[in-house]
Amino acid sequence: MSKYTEDDLREELKTKEYEYGFYTDIESDTFPIGLNEDVVRAISLKKEEPEWMTEWRLEAFRAWEKMVEPEWANVHYEKPDFQAISYYSAPNSKPKYDSIDEVDPELLATFAKLGISLDEQKKLAGVAMDVVVDSVSVATTFKKTLGEKGIIFCSISEAIREHPELVKKYLGTIVPQKDNFYAALNSAVFSDGSFCYIPKGVRCPMELSTYFRINQAGTGQFERTLVIADEGSYVSYLEGCTAPSRDENQLHAAVVELIALDDAEIKYSTVQNWFPGSAEGKGGVYNFVTKRGLCEKNAKISWTQVETGSAVTWKYPSCVLKGDNSVGEFYSIAVTNNYQQADTGTKMIHLGKNTKSTIISKGISAGKSQNSYRGLVQISPRAENARNFSQCDSLLMGNECGAHTFPYIEVKNKSAQIEHEATTSKIGEDQIFYCNQRGIDTEKAIALIVNGFSKEVLNKLPMEFAVEAQKLLEISLEGSVG
Amino acid sequence: MDLKEKLVSSFLAFEEDIDVHSPVHDIRSEAIKTFETEGFPTKKQEAWKYTSLNTVLKHDYSVFPKQENSIEYKDIKKYFLHDIDTYKIIFIDGKYSSHLSQTTHDGIDVCLMSSALNKPKYKQVIETYFNKVATKDSLTALNTAFSSEGAYIHIPKNKLVDKPIQILHFSTGNEAALMLQPRNLIVADENSEVQIFERHQSLTDNPVLTNSVTEIYTAKRAIVDYYKLQNDNSNASLIDNTFVDQKEQSHCLVHTFSFGGKLTRNNLNFYQNGERIESTMKGITIIGDKQHVDHNTLVHHIEPNCESHQDYKGIFGDSATGVFNGKIVVEKLAQKTNAFQSNNNILLSDKASINTKPQLEIFADDVKCSHGCTIGQLDESAMFYMRSRGIPKKEAKALLMYAFSNNVLSSVRIPEIKTRITKIIANKLGVNIGFDL
Repeated sequence: MSKYTEDDLREELKTKEYEYGFYTDIESDTFPIGLNEDVVRAISLKKEEPEWMTEWRLEAFRAWEKMVEPEWANVHYEKPDFQAISYYSAPNSKPKYDSIDEVDPELLATFAKLGISLDEQKKLAGVAMDVVVDSVSVATTFKKTLGEKGIIFCSISEAIREHPELVKKYLGTIVPQKDNFYAALNSAVFSDGSFCYIPKGVRCPMELSTYFRINQAGTGQFERTLVIADEGSYVSYLEGCTAPSRDENQLHAAVVELIALDDAEIKYSTVQNWFPGSAEGKGGVYNFVTKRGLCEKNAKISWTQVETGSAVTWKYPSCVLKGDNSVGEFYSIAVTNNYQQADTGTKMIHLGKNTKSTIISKGISAGKSQNSYRGLVQISPRAENARNFSQCDSLLMGNECGAHTFPYIEVKNKSAQIEHEATTSKIGEDQIFYCNQRGIDTEKAIALIVNGFSKEVLNKLPMEFAVEAQKLLEISLEGSVG
Repeated sequence: MDLKEKLVSSFLAFEEDIDVHSPVHDIRSEAIKTFETEGFPTKKQEAWKYTSLNTVLKHDYSVFPKQENSIEYKDIKKYFLHDIDTYKIIFIDGKYSSHLSQTTHDGIDVCLMSSALNKPKYKQVIETYFNKVATKDSLTALNTAFSSEGAYIHIPKNKLVDKPIQILHFSTGNEAALMLQPRNLIVADENSEVQIFERHQSLTDNPVLTNSVTEIYTAKRAIVDYYKLQNDNSNASLIDNTFVDQKEQSHCLVHTFSFGGKLTRNNLNFYQNGERIESTMKGITIIGDKQHVDHNTLVHHIEPNCESHQDYKGIFGDSATGVFNGKIVVEKLAQKTNAFQSNNNILLSDKASINTKPQLEIFADDVKCSHGCTIGQLDESAMFYMRSRGIPKKEAKALLMYAFSNNVLSSVRIPEIKTRITKIIANKLGVNIGFDL
């Protein structure tokens, strides 16, 4: 019988390095550091944006200047110096590609390293992808196939140029420019991101996917995603992220807006694997993200996230359940190791009648990390028969990490039914013993338990991502997942 | 002049009446400075997010009642636990009433804070315990600054107090608006046991604001069993700050029954400084009108092998608002901690609301911690079951609500308190059932 114990696992976790920490030397066009109105204008100019967009950005920038960085999250970090970041960095090759073949081979090699060879993806998975390196969208696949169905899937800068009416109508409606400090910053300087529009009654035939990578040193990534599902449509959207290992902290402040019109359904899955910093807690990405979705009548938005990376995460994918009978879901696994800190959760704002929401959050903390769940369930006075179920489980590995739960529940309607439960535990010796007894060695047993612990969430991921998420859990908690 | 300024300036007047050379006075001066810088808490502070003191603070409270008032026992008999023999410490408008009280120095000290603060024989106890566990937040500091009167209870080693102790505060309404700041100190030495019942009652509709601080110290294996009954009339507000410092193997229970008052805020803080400690905090809240009850609890698990249980039930009618903000902190050293927290609420009206925030902060890995929280309505099918068997709607509803809160009552160790609470609940629900069927 192997003597593999939790201590060994902890040891392994300590020494395990970030696998995606390579840096690809791609020549890029990078703005000098610093931020002022001229930089905002320059970004807008670079993106060949119309006047209204420039104004929109400036408005956000002016608001941002007056705002202060929020302090309430349960994370401690050195505040980024916003004047020491370059707000625009684009791979220098030709910005437009019609097919994969034209892509810079070095970039393709990058993707191969990421395990997301575009070719392979194209053939096997049938996933349409939009790849954003540093700040610019470099490749969008399957555009033609999607086009036949009337689905628009492109970079947001292209959308601003080619579909201004849609962008103008929806951009900033659910995450206003002045929503919070990082959303305002993003609104001012976002350089690219994905845009997706699913027309009425269309069921998107394949998974849409965006891959984000911060490549250049000293840059911040500010992408903006806008997904609009028109009446009765369906889309499943995937998002993944990586960054090279660097000693300094990089900033990632994204905004994602989802709009599900009547009877539409959006499934948004994220596998976040930004560089988490070295085992000593040096470097790593600051991940300050605002994600929010709006549900109209009978619509459904489902957020699934697997968070394994970033030095500091600050992320609350939320649903505004405006329409009657709308449904919001949030499934999350957050794994923190070494010195990582995560403060993540969700907000479910019930406004319409018979709205339902489900929150399943699983936190796994190891090393010296801190993992917090912070959530809000709000039932407005008009939300008759609203229903919420929340479950937050934490698994602690080692006695130097912490797990925290901060649920806020605000109910103003008597017909609401709310349940919230949270547990914190470690892998019990009796559980391991039970497995050992039946001939399963300790390593496999731990794998089994961690896997079982996160199953509820992993099951919600689309097939292609579930495999990758499994792999990521493996990297983050090496030796524990079989 | 707003209340804060008034309080700060009346501190100078207060200084004229007390011994400014005692060590306690240094604590007081320090405290008033804290209050002066921090002021009253506002909704911007996380701990006060759901509770605004604005409506309470707008009255022009008199800080020191001008005269001593007396009340006849027969007028207030109903507020006492009168069917059992008890020690009594009675305050009228903040002043001690000797003819209504029954204190003792026979083996145990059940007496007054004022004498404990002034007499040399208590000097050592005061030095060891006074203001040691109380935190430095603004409201507690305010109380500390003006601390002069309250209950002082000291139970020596191996002593079982033979009968419960009642601490009652009455306000007569002779002042247009009155602010009271009682300060209690309870020290239970090794192996001792004591039961305490506390109540605040105003006799007229004049506004009263009570900002009370109680410090409880339980030494090794001591048991302190504390009951707070809050059933005041609709112009009385209470901010209750209770701090418990527990040593190994001690057990402290605090039951809070909130049925009245305009605004009630219970800050209940437990610090477990030893192994195998048990802490129990339970509460029933049944309110209506525009009443507001806020339970803010903290259990700080510092050492291994300890337990804590929290169980709070709330029923909210009319435009009442309820807040529950419970926090469990488990330090790195506190392995094998068992901490449970449950908060269940029923909303009876569309204007009622509940805000709850049960928090866990855990730094140790070998622990069992859980919290649960529900908000819902009475079960329709249970109602139907009872009504189909001839129980009228109102009674059926009352039975369900009583059953809902019964968990909390089951751990009450003084039968008279249980009967009393049951009666109040029946009264509150507008039915005439004994419940103890």
